[in-house]
Amino acid sequence: MVVPERTEALKTLHPLAWWCWAIGLGLAVNGTTNPLLLILVALAMVTVVVLRRSDAPWARSVRAYLVLAVFVIGMRVLFQVAIGARTGTTVLFSLPEVPLPAWAAGIRLGGPVTAEALASTAYDALRLAVMLLCIGAANALASPRQALRSVPAALYEASVAVVVALSVAPQLIESGQRIHRARRLRGDSGRGLRSLGRIALAVLADAIDRSMSLAAGMEARGFGRTRGLNVRGTLPLMIASVLTTTFGGFLMLSTDARWPAMGLMVAGVTGTAIGLRRAGARLAVTHYRPRPWTWRETAVAACGVLAMVVVLGVGGLDPDHLGAAAAAFFDPLALRPSTDPLDWPQLNGWMLSVVLLVLAPVPLTAVRRERVPDASRTDTAVRSPRPRTHPVGVAR
Amino acid sequence: MITFDRVSITYPDARRPVLDDVSFEIAEGDLCLVIGATGSGKSTLLGAINGLVPHFTGGRLAGRVLVDGRDTARFRPRDLAEVVGYVGQDPVRGFVTDVVSDEIAYGMEQLGIAPAAMRKRVEETLDLMGIADLRSRPLGELSGGQQQRVAIAAVLAARPEVLVLDEPTSALDPTAAQDVLSAITMLVHEVGLTVVLAEHRLERVMHAADTIAWVRPDGRVDLGRPADVLARSSITPPLAALAHELGWPQVPLSVREARRRVLAEDIRPPLLAEPAPTHTEPVLVASGVEVRYGDVDAVAGVDVQLRPGEVTTLLGRNGCGKSSLLWALQGALTHAGDVVVDGLDPARLPALRARRLVTLVPQTAADLLYAPSVGEECSAADAESGAEPGTTASLLHRLGIHVEPSRDPRDLSEGQRLALVLAIQLSARPPVLLLDEPTRGLDYAAKADLTRIVGELAASGVAVLISTHDVEFAAGVGTRTLLMADGELIAEGTTIDLLTSSIAYAPQLAKVFAPSPVLTASDIAGSVREPIAEVAP
Repeated sequence: MVVPERTEALKTLHPLAWWCWAIGLGLAVNGTTNPLLLILVALAMVTVVVLRRSDAPWARSVRAYLVLAVFVIGMRVLFQVAIGARTGTTVLFSLPEVPLPAWAAGIRLGGPVTAEALASTAYDALRLAVMLLCIGAANALASPRQALRSVPAALYEASVAVVVALSVAPQLIESGQRIHRARRLRGDSGRGLRSLGRIALAVLADAIDRSMSLAAGMEARGFGRTRGLNVRGTLPLMIASVLTTTFGGFLMLSTDARWPAMGLMVAGVTGTAIGLRRAGARLAVTHYRPRPWTWRETAVAACGVLAMVVVLGVGGLDPDHLGAAAAAFFDPLALRPSTDPLDWPQLNGWMLSVVLLVLAPVPLTAVRRERVPDASRTDTAVRSPRPRTHPVGVAR
Repeated sequence: MITFDRVSITYPDARRPVLDDVSFEIAEGDLCLVIGATGSGKSTLLGAINGLVPHFTGGRLAGRVLVDGRDTARFRPRDLAEVVGYVGQDPVRGFVTDVVSDEIAYGMEQLGIAPAAMRKRVEETLDLMGIADLRSRPLGELSGGQQQRVAIAAVLAARPEVLVLDEPTSALDPTAAQDVLSAITMLVHEVGLTVVLAEHRLERVMHAADTIAWVRPDGRVDLGRPADVLARSSITPPLAALAHELGWPQVPLSVREARRRVLAEDIRPPLLAEPAPTHTEPVLVASGVEVRYGDVDAVAGVDVQLRPGEVTTLLGRNGCGKSSLLWALQGALTHAGDVVVDGLDPARLPALRARRLVTLVPQTAADLLYAPSVGEECSAADAESGAEPGTTASLLHRLGIHVEPSRDPRDLSEGQRLALVLAIQLSARPPVLLLDEPTRGLDYAAKADLTRIVGELAASGVAVLISTHDVEFAAGVGTRTLLMADGELIAEGTTIDLLTSSIAYAPQLAKVFAPSPVLTASDIAGSVREPIAEVAP
């Protein structure tokens, strides 16, 4: 049996690599409002998802995120048209303005809609939508549960709580639907607050029952048997590291002291990592078939980080201190195209590199195209005369 | 292997102990079947084996429970994970991960087993339970029987010596249940595990049991050889009912044993009077009913007619469209085709009027309950049905259920809750009653009650359609049977013709007396016995 390569991609790539890639892209997207770049990034991301997702149920979630993204854009634009602030002079059309009492000064209902205000809102909404899409892509490419399996042992209890929530939530929706359907049998139309309250109560009771049986099952299977090692000093180290990271982040966002801020953040993250590792020794939990972190994982994660560095780096450049040629090539202003006066957004050559970084996981995770899946590998001896042409590093 | 030494367990706020001064021993390698009426303390007994009772559930345990020499008072359930494997009723509720192999590995991860050993054990366990081809499938996409086998594999991977299963088949159809039960007997015979198993439908497993522990209503436990315990217990699977009827001191444990004894004693059942075919006009006429979910035809063009006073049973495997058909007949599910009751289509009527034509008791009957007490539930139902105040309450009494009006419906037993929902639905005085899988979680006594109630309803002129997996129940309750497969009606006829001629759906007594048409123990009352031959042991 020949398996489509997309199934292979998920199997061989560490889920955290996908999440790192997606979060890096999300941060990069946060640094720009250029609609052309945003749309290109979104298209590239959807391409990667479509080519690399598995057949598992969670891989279907990307559609929901696309709908959510469109909804976000629609809502923002709608609100801007109805009650947004008036900027710019290019009036596209006018809505009848509702006069508001004096105490509501500053709020406008209806009135003229300008191209500048609309563009500014749409750009911003697009940025938010593409960031949502980043989360959706990560969700579709790697099951959040699998990603949580890879968290450091110190965060084990927290990750278990999330896992339990993740498994109870869909069951809740299902039991809500079931109860809602059953209401009709009693002649309850299922509308109104009273009926909603009844459904909520029944669903809640069901959820508690379910959580209790899950907890009983986990207890019976040995959850929470700790090794009981005494790890002193871990807590102070963790607290100090997290505070350092936060302070670094504060400096980064609110002052110009970028390098000290960067230093503090790196120190803080390192300290946190050490703390987590030490706290993790407390648990005797082992991992079944931990996914190896190979050069592919590093490369995919690096693509995301690199895209972030490029966008944020260019965004931080001061055009006045650049040479004429560099300024023309790296024009930081192209990242935030002006909406007042309204200009057609520019696409620079370097932006192409960001799009390529988004697309890079496709060739990076292109594993052997034909392979016998584990389950039916009983006949390997018969069907392996084909010479292996793929790189050695692919082997699991 | 397992020793209960003068064990009493009392839950907080309970007046009397659930288990009262219980002492017994289960030997290593035995398959011990735990039986008892619903709410009698079977689950408590099972939970006490790995310490979930009282560590997890609360309550007070007096006496000692020893498992493999360990006292559960000092060892928590998690410390017993590699000694006792515990599997609950609904496998889906216990799943922690979302892929089969991860789920099997989960318990071992908690025990800190080295990854290399873990890998080997996962593969071995997959092979042992025959689910190797499911290894990387998402758990949610498996069938019920597969899910339960994965759940068993998941606890087996930790290599326990005792396997405790609390009604592992109650949520499964007969085929899936057979799958799971044969996997369990294989574990006893081939692997040498000690298995403690609670099961409502004894007829499926009693032939494989080494001992039976009967949790009596007074909280005592009677443990002994299956044939002896069944002979004195009030739990009556079909073969025990047969033994009672014929006055046999020992209950035959399998169809083969019973058949040999019947042949030896030359017992000839009386000829059953064919039920007189009813010529009344049908009250519900459905034609060409179709239900689609996406690309799936759940119900593909079914014609049904229901006559007043007739009880019809609907059989078929899980997912063959039985529930969808019932929901469509009630009008609560979007469907194609016509359903006519009294000249009206319930799907086109508002919910309140539809339920006065056709009423449905769904599979999870508790979904219909929301009030905090039985009394409020009854008066709400009176209001919904436009009936005299007190109608539902008196219906509940007529169904033989006497509970305090102040009780919380959630605290009732499975059978009492079903009766309450039935009373609520009947308060609308509908000419047609649909019951979807009503016997789930009911013990033999509750099933007998339900059979009686349905009989009385039919006698009062109600048309009843019951979907069920339980052939023994179907054999006793109805006179007409419909067989569904793949969304279509594949057979229709009198219950006696259809069930006795079928291999898959023949009740045990039909197999014992074949080719004589016998369905239930009451059919052999007054049978001719010629005591010439010696009674074979």
